[in-house]
Amino acid sequence: MRMIRAWILRIAGLFNKQRKDQELEDEIESHIQMHTEDNVRLGMTPAEARRQAMIKLGGVESTKEAYRDQRGLPWLETLWQDIRFGLRMLRKNPGFTAVTVLTLALGIGANTAIFQLLNAVRLKTLPVAKPQELVEVRIVGGNPGLGLSDGANAEMTYPLWEQVRKHREPFAGLFAWSSGELPIASRVEMRTVRCLWTSGDSFSVLGVAPVRGRLLNADDDRRGAGPGNVAISYAFWQSEFGGDDSAIGKSVTLGDRIFQIVGVTPPPFFGLEVGKQFDVALPLTTRALWWDNVLDRTDIWWLRVMGRLKPDATLTQAAEFVKTISASAIEATLPVGYAAGAVATYRKFRLSAFSAGTGVSKLRADYERSLWLLLGITGLVLTIACVNLANLTLARASARSREIAVRLAIGASRSRLIRQLLSESLLLAGLGAVAGAFLARFLGQSIVWFLSTQKDPLAIDLDADWRVLAFTSTVAILTCVFFGLTPAIRSSRIPPAAALSAGGRGMAGNRERFALQRGLTILQMAVSLVLLSGALLLVRSFWNLTTMHPGFRQDGVFVTYVNFTPLKIPMERCDAFKSEVLEQIRSIPQVESAALTTHVPVIGGSWTLGVHVTGAQGEKDGASKVTWISPGYFQTMEIPILAGCDISKMDTATSLKVALVNETFVRQWLGGADPIGARVRTSAEPGYPEATHEIIGVVNDTKYGKLQSEIPPITFVPASQLSNAGTFATVVVRSSAPLPGIIRAVRQRVSQVSPSIHIDTVVLRTRIREGLARERLLAWLSGFFGVLAVVLVVVGLYGLISYTTLLRRNELGIRLVLGAQRSNILWLVLRQGLNLAVLGVVIGLIGAVALTRFLSSLLFDLQPTDPLTLLVTSLLLVAIASLACWVPARRASRVHPMEALRYE
Amino acid sequence: MNDKPEVWQGTLALMVLKTLERAGSLHGYGIARQIEQTSADLLSVNYGTLYPALLKLEQEGCIASEWGVSDNNRKAKFYQLTRAGRKQIEKETQEWEQMAAILARFLNPRIA
Repeated sequence: MRMIRAWILRIAGLFNKQRKDQELEDEIESHIQMHTEDNVRLGMTPAEARRQAMIKLGGVESTKEAYRDQRGLPWLETLWQDIRFGLRMLRKNPGFTAVTVLTLALGIGANTAIFQLLNAVRLKTLPVAKPQELVEVRIVGGNPGLGLSDGANAEMTYPLWEQVRKHREPFAGLFAWSSGELPIASRVEMRTVRCLWTSGDSFSVLGVAPVRGRLLNADDDRRGAGPGNVAISYAFWQSEFGGDDSAIGKSVTLGDRIFQIVGVTPPPFFGLEVGKQFDVALPLTTRALWWDNVLDRTDIWWLRVMGRLKPDATLTQAAEFVKTISASAIEATLPVGYAAGAVATYRKFRLSAFSAGTGVSKLRADYERSLWLLLGITGLVLTIACVNLANLTLARASARSREIAVRLAIGASRSRLIRQLLSESLLLAGLGAVAGAFLARFLGQSIVWFLSTQKDPLAIDLDADWRVLAFTSTVAILTCVFFGLTPAIRSSRIPPAAALSAGGRGMAGNRERFALQRGLTILQMAVSLVLLSGALLLVRSFWNLTTMHPGFRQDGVFVTYVNFTPLKIPMERCDAFKSEVLEQIRSIPQVESAALTTHVPVIGGSWTLGVHVTGAQGEKDGASKVTWISPGYFQTMEIPILAGCDISKMDTATSLKVALVNETFVRQWLGGADPIGARVRTSAEPGYPEATHEIIGVVNDTKYGKLQSEIPPITFVPASQLSNAGTFATVVVRSSAPLPGIIRAVRQRVSQVSPSIHIDTVVLRTRIREGLARERLLAWLSGFFGVLAVVLVVVGLYGLISYTTLLRRNELGIRLVLGAQRSNILWLVLRQGLNLAVLGVVIGLIGAVALTRFLSSLLFDLQPTDPLTLLVTSLLLVAIASLACWVPARRASRVHPMEALRYE
Repeated sequence: MNDKPEVWQGTLALMVLKTLERAGSLHGYGIARQIEQTSADLLSVNYGTLYPALLKLEQEGCIASEWGVSDNNRKAKFYQLTRAGRKQIEKETQEWEQMAAILARFLNPRIA
């Protein structure tokens, strides 16, 4: 208590100093006078009496000094002094200040921006109550592709969820959820909303409270209940209803069903998937309204199961518990209608519990590695920038050596001096960090924008939390120590007498003095080589991806997804209806060709069936991708038929079952033998009965899944020979006319067939390019930072060589007078810089070989130690370095000897 | 310079407090003289060190100060004990006695 009181008074002592100083003055004066009077009474002369009084006091000024130290907080006051002095120095050198703050802002800003993203997708926990208690229950290792997987959250089937929720010992609550899209009725335009399907308890288990109305509960989530209540997200409430309370109770038409809005979720709750923002939350069971039997199918994977641990339960306990119920849950939900092999695979599945406090994220899986890589890159760039600043500060410190010598000579302690010089650096780092934080926000948002597509906008919460603040301040302090501490220590170490007498001369030739700068410049060179070669690898990899030929021609093709569920056409007429729609599209004059397909390569999902192949050389069991197409598909996609013939209108449900296969299929399952006439028997799956097709042709290999992936065996079967085809149709359309016009025409033509058909179109090339967002981001950012690194290094090298040359002017003048040729001088200076550059490049090459292998998983068609890349980068760096040295070298060789000698 | 023991920080505070306890209200110069006399010139107080010590005690709330007029009509700052100061004297006296007793046992083991 007394301590606190004393501290408060001491802080108060920092203010109103003038009056307090006067008071002290008075008190001391009265003390001396009383003492003097006493001394006079003892018989001293007045002058002697006063002198003795002052001696006894121990010095007026030192008494006052000690008193003032006790009155205020001396370290706070000197800190304040240092900061004011620092600010004055920075104001006196606006150029230096601007360059430093700008460099630091860029460096710290870039680091913070990447960290913000990493924080948002990796570290932040879900905006729900006690997120650390959340766990997810799923198959260990995930489902390798059994049955049907829908969307990014296809971890569990509904029957499996029903099994899991029977047992809940270690859990305070369990819930299941799924995500997807539904068309929303609106008179203005056709669009979709992002849906979050949640089981009854979800919101109460998550601890999410409504901001308006109520959220969904177990009553809303009843099997077979029909359309009922929905909750909407805060963002949707704002954008759709302007945040008006009247939204509660309004009805909304989703996928042609009418729902009632009952409540709004709080603003931070974006759902459970980081990077996505849901619009409408629906009861889980309503999914069956749009997907028959989805709640009973043991082979449709479409949801995730999560739970909240009881406060005293641990993740390990939960995992152990889930493992004990796993076998019976699996046994109770065996897939129906599958071949024995598939069922055996399913029996091997095991359930376990995993931590889920940070939610789930496809974004995280896709980008975490890249973001760590980018953080490494920006860290190295900041290091390079710091080296430049350290060199700059060193140069400035030697310019100030006289000032520092004077301070030392009149009694400043070294630690006090270092503190003062360091507070200047701290000030710069602080300014840089503040500017960097603003820049980071902008950079982070740009990256999010860069990665967002119209169909799939990213919703990432970039708001700075304590982690970001801690990160930025740590980076700022580290940079400050890096570029400020060494120069401060060095300059305080110079003996004052030497600095004063030398007056700037004599220091020039001192090699040892520049050893540090040289070493730092070599380091810089090496780091920038690593960065530049890494960047070049990523850029070339991206280039390889964008210029590769995927086996079909991307340009001039768009995909039309037609959904005619609302027309309620009987099953047996669906195929005929699809043909009618296709004919309508084909009848548009600018449409060159169009065809139906079940899967569009690269962008359109995946379908694998087990196959039994009977060829000339025997029989083989394997698996193949299967795509059902209409005649004209290969023409539309411009996939060359290499052997045999195409399918035609003559291939019908009743004619001989035929198929075309790709080259990989022939290689893998037919051993390269003549495939024509071979038979492919597909294994049974629900809705896909076993069927035997005769191979009538071979097509060119095409990419199937990701561009980066290997080409799998593919079988193409006439769509007319598959009876179950649903009420969806995918039509690929080729035209050489401008696509926007054709797309409009197609939409118009389809809506003439029936206005209630839902239609969605995607330009093939655009969508494929969007799929390369990560590679593009890496190429752009690493390229940008690579170039930035080189620029920084060049500036640094130029600065160092110019500075040392300036200090050597005298010596160079003498050399000229003694008969050195200008070319000698040029070479002398140039060699000095080139030595550093070459040494840096050699060290950098070693570093690059060691480090670029971390890139291998991100590179396409390129080795991480690609010799061409390393060679080009090395040559480029040496060339740029020579240019940077050539300018000061030339200047030095042009100097007039007399002028150089006079320079003192 | 001289072989009188230096006054160290902690004891000076207690000496000031005891002096004020005896004298009531006193100015800085007076306190310095009193301490010197009480210790029979054994402790040579560098008068200047007294003022930071007084300020510290005042900040801690042990003493209070106000401007007044001295015996020979001089303006001076007078210090006097507060209630907290009296408690502090009690506490520190006790501590000192304890300390002295312990030390005495070391210095003269036969007593123990």
